[in-house]
Amino acid sequence: MASEHTVKAFDSDLQELTRLVAEMGGLAERMITDSVDALVRRDVVLGQRVVVTDLELDHLQRVIEERAVLTIAKRQPMAVDLRVIVGAMRVATDLERIGDLAKNIGKRVAALESDFHPLKLIRGLEHMTDLVQTQVKSVLDAYAAHDLPAAMAVWKGDEEIDAICTSLFRELLTYMMEDPRNISFCIHLMFCAKNIERIGDHATNIAETVFYMIEGQQMVDKRPKGDMTTFATAIPGN
Amino acid sequence: MNDLSVSVSTEAVSARGLPMPEVPPKVTARNLNFYYGENHALKNINITLGTHRVTAFIGPSGCGKSTLLRIFNRMYDLYPGQRATGQLMLDQTNILDPKLDLNLLRARVGMVFQKPTPFPMTIYENIAFGIRLYEKIAKSEMDGRVEKALRGGALWNEVKDKLNASGLSLSGGQQQRLCIARTVAVRPEVILFDEPCSALDPISTAKVEELIQELSEQYTIAIVTHNMQQAARVSDKTAFMYLGELIEFDETSRIFTSPSDRRTQDYITGRFG
Repeated sequence: MASEHTVKAFDSDLQELTRLVAEMGGLAERMITDSVDALVRRDVVLGQRVVVTDLELDHLQRVIEERAVLTIAKRQPMAVDLRVIVGAMRVATDLERIGDLAKNIGKRVAALESDFHPLKLIRGLEHMTDLVQTQVKSVLDAYAAHDLPAAMAVWKGDEEIDAICTSLFRELLTYMMEDPRNISFCIHLMFCAKNIERIGDHATNIAETVFYMIEGQQMVDKRPKGDMTTFATAIPGN
Repeated sequence: MNDLSVSVSTEAVSARGLPMPEVPPKVTARNLNFYYGENHALKNINITLGTHRVTAFIGPSGCGKSTLLRIFNRMYDLYPGQRATGQLMLDQTNILDPKLDLNLLRARVGMVFQKPTPFPMTIYENIAFGIRLYEKIAKSEMDGRVEKALRGGALWNEVKDKLNASGLSLSGGQQQRLCIARTVAVRPEVILFDEPCSALDPISTAKVEELIQELSEQYTIAIVTHNMQQAARVSDKTAFMYLGELIEFDETSRIFTSPSDRRTQDYITGRFG
């Protein structure tokens, strides 16, 4: 958007929307980091803080939605302006879901207080989180900069996260079969891993929104998928 | 990672969200130029109006959209020093042919103007007057034709009990629909609307828009409008004109969501004009 609108207030409406989305993005990124930190360090207080932060994120999403609807009603936006507004609403919805998933991890910290704490699993989860964090950060940068190649790189980069999730899933199954006392911990950890994986999916949704905002068309390609947890099984004795 | 090509859906849909099959052309302009004396007002216009489709013309004031509309029924012939070159066909008829019977042309290509222009006579006579110019019919048949035209103009229910009242006694919106009925009465093939709603209130505008949608089932329609939302609502295809040139002509759904020309984008998003 090089040139300005004849109605200057329209420009500030759109800038404000983009700024609010960026604010939401920053908050959501911090929630992901904090929730997994809390999980790794078994820091119940930090976990609770993530739960509280989610209220702030939800509030921001409502503000964005209200502003967007008001802008549509007032300005009757067309073409790229319309797409920027619809894009902001969509990204805000994805960020709100990301917040919910991080909150869910934060809640589980309290339930994970057991002696069983296999470092290998935790490292796997941390690695996966790092990748997802990078995806979320890159896609939000791509959104802010209207950078299509960067968004497409995110869109195509989700496969590795899915693959780690699948391998974690298999490992957890083995631990559970070894000793039923591990089940409670493993189930919680499995949900956490799935949450992280879902956050990655939302990052690719945002990438699709960036594509729509720039190109004015919906993507119809199927994304490469590596999540095989639906099929993963572990056979006792193997 | 470097392969960024992704496929997108490109199926053509109308403003009403319906799939749009190709239709036979009704009006076709090829390298059409127009001059007001020395002033070159239209430059090499190439455009096709599809049969029974609504085509909207948008663009800033002075871009030539009304001029183009006035060529479609040779309205410019009323003024000396104005001339058109190139080719303009209505089916197999050359509209620019100097020997063309203009009365017949204007019966085939009707026009509705910005300001309602009812004749200072009764509502009934407003309609019957035009029909008598072209046909000799009996009174009983005329009554039927007038009723049909007023129904076609979505006005019958409001005026059926006062057909002998003056056309000028109607409200602005009703007068405009009377003019549409008058146009429809002579059974044209094409109806040109030159900013038909710019002097009307929102309710009357809505009624006229609704009427345009209905009329498109039987007539080929061209509409010039300054109201972009109106073009987006009523038309199947939209032409964007600027400084006498046709910049972009595409499905309305595309023009208003993702136009391909930068100038179209700037105009419809309110960045100039």
